[in-house]
Amino acid sequence: MTSAIEFRAVSRVFGEVRAVDDVSFAIEPGEFFAMLGPSGSGKTSCLRLVAGFDAPDRGEVLLDGQDVSAVPPYDRNVNTVFQDYALFPHMTVLQNVAYGPRVKGVERGEREQRAREMLELVQLGALGERRPAQLSGGQRQRVALARALINRPKVLLLDEPLGALDLKLREEMQIELKSLQKKLGITFVYVTHDQGEALSMADRVAVFNKGKIEQLAAPRELYTRPRTEFVARFVGGANVASAAMAQQLGSSMPFALRGEHITVRAENMPAPPGALSTAGAVVAVQYHGAVSRWQVQLDTGALWSALVSEEDARSLSGIPVGGRVRLSWPREAAVDLAESPGA
Amino acid sequence: MNLRAASTFFYRRPYGYLALLLVPPLLWFGTVYLGSLFALLWQSFYRIDDFTAQIVREPTLETYKQLVTQPANVDIVVRTLTMAVAVTIACALIALPIATYMARYARGRMKAFFYVGVMLPMWTSYLVKVYAWRLLLAKEGIIAWVAGKLGLMSVLDALLAAPGIGGPSLSTSYLGMFIVFTYMWLPFMILPMAAALERVPGSLLQASADLGARPAQTFRNVVLPLAVPGIAAGSVFTFSLTLGDYVIPSVVGAPGYFIGMMVYTQQGTAGNIPLAAAFSVVPIVLISIYLAIAKRFGAFDAL
Repeated sequence: MTSAIEFRAVSRVFGEVRAVDDVSFAIEPGEFFAMLGPSGSGKTSCLRLVAGFDAPDRGEVLLDGQDVSAVPPYDRNVNTVFQDYALFPHMTVLQNVAYGPRVKGVERGEREQRAREMLELVQLGALGERRPAQLSGGQRQRVALARALINRPKVLLLDEPLGALDLKLREEMQIELKSLQKKLGITFVYVTHDQGEALSMADRVAVFNKGKIEQLAAPRELYTRPRTEFVARFVGGANVASAAMAQQLGSSMPFALRGEHITVRAENMPAPPGALSTAGAVVAVQYHGAVSRWQVQLDTGALWSALVSEEDARSLSGIPVGGRVRLSWPREAAVDLAESPGA
Repeated sequence: MNLRAASTFFYRRPYGYLALLLVPPLLWFGTVYLGSLFALLWQSFYRIDDFTAQIVREPTLETYKQLVTQPANVDIVVRTLTMAVAVTIACALIALPIATYMARYARGRMKAFFYVGVMLPMWTSYLVKVYAWRLLLAKEGIIAWVAGKLGLMSVLDALLAAPGIGGPSLSTSYLGMFIVFTYMWLPFMILPMAAALERVPGSLLQASADLGARPAQTFRNVVLPLAVPGIAAGSVFTFSLTLGDYVIPSVVGAPGYFIGMMVYTQQGTAGNIPLAAAFSVVPIVLISIYLAIAKRFGAFDAL
């Protein structure tokens, strides 16, 4: 089967900055694909290359098996939901949604009919005559979605589409977007800097750092088996032991360790047999309800955090901030890390 | 009372602060500006006695009747209005590509260069520019000379032979006057237009292209409607400046009178203040009509 989108050794350079640095990957038709990374990591640059707002300096971008380097945005069967929604302020909601068919020469009655159907799909049927300025952020988001879907694109690009919404609305929209994607069977390419969003929605996630892909994997694998230090920290918020520190702890490779796998004890208590352990001083304890996050300054210099359940926390209640503790974990909980390609 | 006490006083009385802020300019604006305007309007309802040449101070529409029934007066209004419309259209057509380039493409030094370039002529005396243009447009002037060198003299002659706009030379034709007007008011069109185009987010243009619009469609459906408030603002300048000007028509162009010259003559040598006042009401009415039309066409919807 031909990939919906394929990058072949694509680079895009702005002056000294390699925004996209020799990136290759393929996205399958119907896939929900997330591009995750901090700002300036190259994820939005990749999106712009797919949409056609920018052209690669080297390499090829293929849509449906065709090299599209010379194809302008208006001739690509790809639509975008913009971060700022980019709704036309001088048009009504209905005119905004009907814009795609309008510029393709679909006559008024038919395009308005289709626009109404799209507004129904995003549950905004009653608001067609409003102006974008009269809508809330969440409603504008839906209009942008309806407008981008009306051309029935093969690929929908979403550039941080939920970034401007508040938390509750964001969670609702995540569920809605995911079910919409399943219903329509369209390939979604979703750019975000929020790892929770990427993990909860995507079939596969590409983690970007400094213009390169650090790891491309399914969410569960990304979370449980991060390959590099960057992925371990950015995706899972994991603790990382550098090569030097790992050696002191009797491990040949640098490794990542999730907070929930760490057990906290008073320093004079021995670690269980077979477990690895290290000691340090408590910097802060943050209460999160079911768990508490214990930040510990290790004697090796690293700052780690351990998640302690309510139950275990009771036995630790005598330890003050600044007190000495021992952190231990089963050997198999540590995930070996490779050198970061972006480093 | 020290400064801190004064600050506290105004902090607790925001209306007092607003009053302090607004009263002086409003007094100035209200009395000097609007007051004199109303005095002028009031005068237009007086009339001049034909025998004594004295102003008769009783309200009457006699002067307006004179304005709209005497063919010479109607000619002046039509001539001025036609020139204002032509100049406004020409300014809009020339300004649009320049403003588009300045707002959407020029960066850094190039942008500064264009903005300074547009504003630089406004730092020079208006009279100097008008007289300079008279020399440029004269029969022996540089434009005729260049046209001769390029073998385009026949084109220039054909233009000058055209009825209505032509004349013995560019500097004594309506065509020449039109050129000078367009030159003079062009910055007043470019700047508001560029400001309007600057405010259009780039993502709107990308969204348009993304949805399948070719560049010409994006321009027509997105850029132009969003530039309209700027075009409207600019055209109010070019339109009203042309309607009111009396220097350019008296230095360059054919001998026909324009509204501004008529006002100048009537209130000066002729001493017919009521007719001068009535003439100066004409641009106010025309601009009001123009704004009403612009509003009807949605020029201010995107504001």
